[in-house]
Amino acid sequence: MEVPILKQGDCLIATVQAALTDADLLHFRTALIQQVVRCRSRGVIVDLTSLDVMDSFASRTLREIAQMIRLRGAETVIVGIQPEVAFAMVQLGLKLEDVTTALDLEEGLAHLGKGSASSA
Amino acid sequence: MKDVQVLEKEIHVGINSDQDIVAARQKGRALAIALGFSSGDATLIATAISELARNILTYAKCGEIQLTVLHNSTRPGIQLIAHDTGPGIPDITLALRDGFSTSGSLGLGLPGVKRLVDEFEIVSEVNHGTTVTAKKWKL
Repeated sequence: MEVPILKQGDCLIATVQAALTDADLLHFRTALIQQVVRCRSRGVIVDLTSLDVMDSFASRTLREIAQMIRLRGAETVIVGIQPEVAFAMVQLGLKLEDVTTALDLEEGLAHLGKGSASSA
Repeated sequence: MKDVQVLEKEIHVGINSDQDIVAARQKGRALAIALGFSSGDATLIATAISELARNILTYAKCGEIQLTVLHNSTRPGIQLIAHDTGPGIPDITLALRDGFSTSGSLGLGLPGVKRLVDEFEIVSEVNHGTTVTAKKWKL
């Protein structure tokens, strides 16, 4: 399952739309970093609104993505983690430390300085 | 309880690839929802299955997840059994300690899963395999 990556100005918006296998996640990591380089992006939003399970592998991969993008001089915001998923993550001990999170796409864009309602 | 009786009592999912991890947790979630578990508890069950299946794949390469519907006098539950015939765990106490891992992963697997469920038991024999049994009861 491919994760679509949209370009909006100097930002990228990646929306996870279905369950991802480990291979899908690794493919997504590579594709997203390549896009960040190609588009000279300043900000990246990863929208997890549709993600129903976050396990240790997904969490680690997302942290790696954010770290790699930071090394490129860009910022990643993870948005849309569902309350049930957040609850399970905390129980499991997954912290997503050092990764910026926001409520939804609109707040994520606002965090990246892209305005909120007007540009969404 | 009428709905519960028409459910499959036991589901087996072979774990041989990362796609099987997704299949196992989706079946677990569907079963939990069918039994009337809340969406939050179904997510805990699916997450526990994902983590147990991942351990099978990482350490034993292949194995099986078995989901069984349970009933005690007052409420239904789900039993998850993760079984493999892999290398086994030499020191279970150590494996249940937060932050411990031998595979270079996060090392959250077993203690994390224990926190997601109501009952947790692990039996392992070196060179013969590991069986983790976890139960989650409906609130």
